Amino acid sequence: MSATGIGVAVRRKEDQRFITGKGHYTDDINRPGQTYAYFVRSPHAHATIKSIDSKQASSMPGVLAVLNGAELAADKIGNLICGWMIHSKDGSPMKMAPHPALASSKVCHVGDPVAVVIAETLAQARDAGEKVNVDYGELPAIIDPAQAQRPGAPQIHEIAPNNTIYQWHIGDPAGVDAAFKSAAHVTKLDIINNRLVPNAIEPRAALADYDTGNETFTLWNTSQNPHVARLVISAFLGMAPEHKLRVIAPDVGGGFGSKIFIYPEEVVALWASRRVGRPVKWVSDRSEAFLVDAHGRDHVTHAEMALDAAGKILGIRVKTIANLGAYMQVFSSAVPTYLYATLLSGQYQISQIYCEVDAVYTNTNSVDAYRGAGRPEATFVVERLVEVAARELNIDPAEMRRRNFVKTFPHQTPVIFAYDAGDYDASLKKALDLADYKGFAKRKREAARHGKLRGIGFSTYIEACGLAPSQAVGALGGGVGQWESCEVRVNPTGSIEVLVGSHAHGQGHETTFAQVVSERFGVPIDSVSIVHGDTDKVQFGMGTYGSRSGAVGMSALVKALDKVEAKAKKVAAHLLEAAEGDIEFKDGNFSVAGTDKSVPWGGVTLNAYIAHKFNGQELEPGLKETSFYDPTNFTFPAGCHICEVEVDPETGNAEIVAWTAVDDFGVIINPMIVEGQIHGGVAQGIGQALCEGAVYDQGGQLVTGSFMDYAMPRADYFPTMTVGTTLTKCPSNPLGIKGCGEAGAIASPPAVINAITNAIGTEDIAMPATPQTVWAALQKSGRSLPHAA
Amino acid sequence: MAAVSLTVNGKPVTADVDPRTLLVQLLRENLRLTGTHVGCDTSQCGACVVLVDGKAVKSCTVLALQLEGADVLSIEGLAPANGPLHPMQEAFRENHGLQCGFCTPGMILTAVDLVRRKGHELDDRTIREELEGNICRCTGYHNIVKSIAAGARAMGSVPASKAAE
Repeated sequence: MSATGIGVAVRRKEDQRFITGKGHYTDDINRPGQTYAYFVRSPHAHATIKSIDSKQASSMPGVLAVLNGAELAADKIGNLICGWMIHSKDGSPMKMAPHPALASSKVCHVGDPVAVVIAETLAQARDAGEKVNVDYGELPAIIDPAQAQRPGAPQIHEIAPNNTIYQWHIGDPAGVDAAFKSAAHVTKLDIINNRLVPNAIEPRAALADYDTGNETFTLWNTSQNPHVARLVISAFLGMAPEHKLRVIAPDVGGGFGSKIFIYPEEVVALWASRRVGRPVKWVSDRSEAFLVDAHGRDHVTHAEMALDAAGKILGIRVKTIANLGAYMQVFSSAVPTYLYATLLSGQYQISQIYCEVDAVYTNTNSVDAYRGAGRPEATFVVERLVEVAARELNIDPAEMRRRNFVKTFPHQTPVIFAYDAGDYDASLKKALDLADYKGFAKRKREAARHGKLRGIGFSTYIEACGLAPSQAVGALGGGVGQWESCEVRVNPTGSIEVLVGSHAHGQGHETTFAQVVSERFGVPIDSVSIVHGDTDKVQFGMGTYGSRSGAVGMSALVKALDKVEAKAKKVAAHLLEAAEGDIEFKDGNFSVAGTDKSVPWGGVTLNAYIAHKFNGQELEPGLKETSFYDPTNFTFPAGCHICEVEVDPETGNAEIVAWTAVDDFGVIINPMIVEGQIHGGVAQGIGQALCEGAVYDQGGQLVTGSFMDYAMPRADYFPTMTVGTTLTKCPSNPLGIKGCGEAGAIASPPAVINAITNAIGTEDIAMPATPQTVWAALQKSGRSLPHAA
Repeated sequence: MAAVSLTVNGKPVTADVDPRTLLVQLLRENLRLTGTHVGCDTSQCGACVVLVDGKAVKSCTVLALQLEGADVLSIEGLAPANGPLHPMQEAFRENHGLQCGFCTPGMILTAVDLVRRKGHELDDRTIREELEGNICRCTGYHNIVKSIAAGARAMGSVPASKAAE
């Protein structure tokens, strides 16, 4: 094994520039003659635009242009789109309302952009923005998704009566009804999966530069998937043909889903750059980010689980209303359907599942994928149901899960997925050991002695990631393929450039992808560079989301490495004057089997290019190969997280005192990086469970519109986490990788709530479980003082 | 416009700025020191932390004109050019204390100030409480806490002239 190969906790190559302040984030990049954009945004949740008066603003110092939606339409810039078609149960297509990059006839949420000022400086643009007078005709707004379909509710888009985007379902309703009829016990829960603001610490930004001579655009953009951005901006917005639009996503400071999407601001920056003939920069401030970066979650759900007397799960029935906000976004239709209901089987053998999902418009910001995207919502439903059922049936929650685990693979669930490999008993057992489950009763008694209520909660989660087999995605309504591509360029001197279609915004690809090459070719990672995030360099790519870069992107890399090795062996055969079939390649050395004849890596790479030792008509010179890899299945990471809390009955404060995570991610390339992904994902899940929540008032104003009002988890929210792994290899890709990016955020919220409800003795608690919420629940449950046993 | 003279990363700087210019704008836009980041507009996130006369300051919260005669150290000046990394930088790399890197400069400089105030042996609780003004969305803070503890110890075992920075 190479010292920098697979499985080694190699320190990250990219860190040198980040720890010295030498990263290149979009806002760090400047172009000569650059101008600045400031967006004029709607202060109303729902209103008609009667008129826009830009006269005064246009004459202010430094102002180059004040542009609005009518001009955008006149220049034939198309609408933003949702790229995943969902059909309702009656067969009708989803109701995608027009989403212009600048609103021209009406605004549908606070923050909806209506005009843009382009000026010499940001301060001048901002000053002029204050002087753009928009005359609005206010309309009643609908904010609460549970009320959006009621008769008489304000109607947002003509195309969508009753604000309903689709009424979708999956599963067999009659089969589920029969399961419930035969049940000895039914557990019921009403769940609100709270709305979250992604809050990557780098705000979104766009720098657009139109070259008037070549009629080409360059866009530097905080994007998780620059090729998809280029495709959408070209094919649907009609800004420029793809070959005349270059999108560069340089260093990107976190994404968590929110930077997958194509937003109005980058589209307007491109268009404005062409209008004014100069580069245009826009950098979101945090207040704008709260208003317009796509939010996550926001489900209202009623869920029921049918069980027999022994605690065997017979069926699950779920009805969810998903709030998609004022406009659909790129993936927003898929999140509460195929990324949600397909996970309702959890780790369990359940023969009947039926789920209905109504997606609705409201006068709030768009909702789309946020770390986990649908899978955290599903896991919350399943893991809360299982935990509550165990309590109601007086079965130990670990034992309850064990009784219902899927134990043989492959396993076909009633909701599409075929789980390929896993060992759920193993991860549960390891987690129980690491968390010292047997010692919990003693810890609970000790907590009671110092006035605290201690509780324990489980989450044995599964997720489907490694998005995704293209034909399967297409059959479910997806508008693109979800393969990944790679190009490996071996230079004459033996150094290697790997151009990948996935994108890193914190995941450490420059290190982990290089480790795969190092393992394969025996070269140190310092002689391998990973190139990503530039449509002019990388042949194509679908970007990074859905924990796909390892499972799909590295599989594309392996496929390209296979081709490089095959070609290099042909060259080596000529150099060693041996038959190609006799060439062996090990630790960076090519040798002839059974002899001491060999040539090192650098000898083969040089000769591949100078081409003196073989006939260039029979074997092409050079050593560069490309690949497109389309996965054959989703991947199914799974594991067990255990949370212990101590609740202070005086204040309702729930402190997480212990966290144990045991995950099966398949083969791990870099354990240090994987642990980091778990820590971060769990922290986001704990944030959802304990403190985060986007709150709109009834008029549609975002009450939690800054870091002063929206509670981002801080360092003192968390205990030191205990992290372990188990291993079953993923059988569907060459490295056996399942993926790890989202697991923490998927697993953790139900573990926290299960622990708090275990501590306080009532199931009636909503996320975020703030001290006020917990204290109020305690008053109802009567368990306001610890019972010292 | 108004003039201000100060020292940035050991070099004298004089700039003619719009009076509303913030220190972070002076650093990023006038001096092109883009390692100092802006993550919010309410002085909560700490991505813009620099050292002013040795103390951690959110550079989005001070006007450039307030810094006449001040000694400012940004992330670019923490380690000598072409020299070894500062022990706190090294600790962040060694302990995987960063992912996307955006909050990192502010975290590192906050940590250096923390060591100045609280010494080289920092327990977990102290570090977590002292990070109240710095938000990270990637790491769950776990490895940042580990990095700071290790960096603080390392700063105690290198020559005082370097560790004092």
